Amino acid sequence: MENKSIISISRLIKRFPMGKDEFTALRDISLTFTEGEFAGLIGPSGSGKTTLLNIIGSLDVPTEGEALVLGRSIGKLTTREAARLRKENIGFIFQSYNLLAVHTVYENVEFPLLLLNIPSAGRHKMVMDALEWVGLTDKVRSKPPQLSGGQCQRVAIARAMVKKPSLVLADEPTANLDADNSHHILQTMETLNRELKTTFIFATHDDKVISYLHRKIFLLDGRVDKDEIIRSNKR
Amino acid sequence: MKLAFKLAYRNLIGAGLRTWLNVIVLSFSFVVIIWLKGVMTGWDHQAKTDMTNWEIGGGQYWHEAYDPYDPFTLTESHAPLPAEFLPEVAAGEMEPVLITQGSIFPEGRMMQVIVRGINPEQTIFQLPTSVLDSATDAIPAIIGSMMAKTSRLKTGDYVTLRWRDANGTFDATDILICGIFNASVPAIDAGQVYIALDKLQEMMLLPGEATIVTFRSSNVPRQETAGWVLKTREELTRQVDEMIKTKSAGQSILYGILLLLAMLAIFDTQVLSIFRRQKEIGTYIALGYTRQQVVGLFTVEGSMHAVLAAFVAAAYGLPFLAWQAKAGWTMPVDTSEFGMAIAQTLYPVYSLGLVISTVAIVTVTTTIVSYLPSRKIARMNPTDALRGKLQ
Repeated sequence: MENKSIISISRLIKRFPMGKDEFTALRDISLTFTEGEFAGLIGPSGSGKTTLLNIIGSLDVPTEGEALVLGRSIGKLTTREAARLRKENIGFIFQSYNLLAVHTVYENVEFPLLLLNIPSAGRHKMVMDALEWVGLTDKVRSKPPQLSGGQCQRVAIARAMVKKPSLVLADEPTANLDADNSHHILQTMETLNRELKTTFIFATHDDKVISYLHRKIFLLDGRVDKDEIIRSNKR
Repeated sequence: MKLAFKLAYRNLIGAGLRTWLNVIVLSFSFVVIIWLKGVMTGWDHQAKTDMTNWEIGGGQYWHEAYDPYDPFTLTESHAPLPAEFLPEVAAGEMEPVLITQGSIFPEGRMMQVIVRGINPEQTIFQLPTSVLDSATDAIPAIIGSMMAKTSRLKTGDYVTLRWRDANGTFDATDILICGIFNASVPAIDAGQVYIALDKLQEMMLLPGEATIVTFRSSNVPRQETAGWVLKTREELTRQVDEMIKTKSAGQSILYGILLLLAMLAIFDTQVLSIFRRQKEIGTYIALGYTRQQVVGLFTVEGSMHAVLAAFVAAAYGLPFLAWQAKAGWTMPVDTSEFGMAIAQTLYPVYSLGLVISTVAIVTVTTTIVSYLPSRKIARMNPTDALRGKLQ
């Protein structure tokens, strides 16, 4: 059975003001992502991969063209609608983890569920399940400064996955990790992609991440240079 | 909103020393403002109570010519008691006082005084008038401690008193200081000499006459009487209210400075938070908050300083305020020379309204001060915030 498209990007252009001029970060991008993909936007710094990820994540809007994410046109969403889209459907994983430092591991993972007003009992089970996926059930009371980089990124994955979103966007998730931790993290995300059918889109130039991807989209100077499907996500 | 409070609480507690320093400064403002206002209220109560007990009773009738600020009126301001006063005077519920000018000559110096004739058996005032009934070789008199200090008179001293009678004839006699009283009401002390009413009436050739008549109860409805002006307790103590109002206005500057210090700390913390926590702000937005909700979160976080400060203030402020209410605050300087009804020790009086209004003012001010820098978040670009880029 063909998987349905969850992201459809058509003739997308993104420009940023730069002094009196404009800088074009994305030029005429057209891409489609289907449910359950494990894809990556690959390219050197300045190629536009983070900008594209931000637009898909409704943190930014296209200058021209259209980005349809889960049926919603990003450029036409109000800030409230965009926030709702992120809250309900999108998980984010960042290079520097972006955990809330004064909160415990449990509270960090619980945060997206609080935003969704999930009742306390159900919330506890969901948090513990998410921590079990990443193997951190023994660290619930720890705070981020007490954890290693690998553990912090696993907390960030748990936070992104706890609400079982349709889409997880990971921006350079292994950039601050050593090889062992990177592989551990990537294996965890691949397992979650397989078991929960969550779509993962990475922005990376790390070979370790690239080796795990099922689809590689190479960006160069804001354009799609190459789009390779290594493994189909048909299940 | 509940979530914002929960998060704000966690963030504040997590911020550790920075939070507690702000909270302690703010709690200090709470306690000092409540204490100072309590002292003012206590002073108001004390001044009115002392005036009631020592000077004005439940109110007074003044002879229509009497003006306490113009001694020249004393020559004319006396009259026989109206018939309707007599039953209450006989029952001790009204006390006539005759007032005239005179001079005393302590240690050979001449000193202008106001001589007050008062019934030795009166019970309306706390003045120790019973000693005016003593059998002595001179006219028994009492004076206040302030008067004793300025005239250097002490109990047992004789001093010559000169006065003019109703016909304008000068006369003089010795008086004996039989008692010195302590009162915090300067109007009844400074330059005042008390002798028995019947004696002064006799000396003045004004039998049965008085200048003012004080009644005990302020609850009995009173009417104007021909030749006499009714002065209610409220009218007579209005000057205290005016004085407290003036003093309170002056103290507002102190409250303002205290609040300003606390608010500067909060404002500084908020600016620093927004500057240092850009990534966190970006993360909130990425996780599903709108920028306005983040503004709300930071505002709640800032204003929650006031809530924590209220608890901290309660922890050390309640015992302090309670102790002050009991032990009072003794003024470091001699208050008898202040020229106003102020006791040496003031006992603060607090009310629920005072506490609630202080907490409300500080909390609202803190909320506004927290909101002002937080508005910057609404203009932040979330993608730059996520990268921690300064905006």
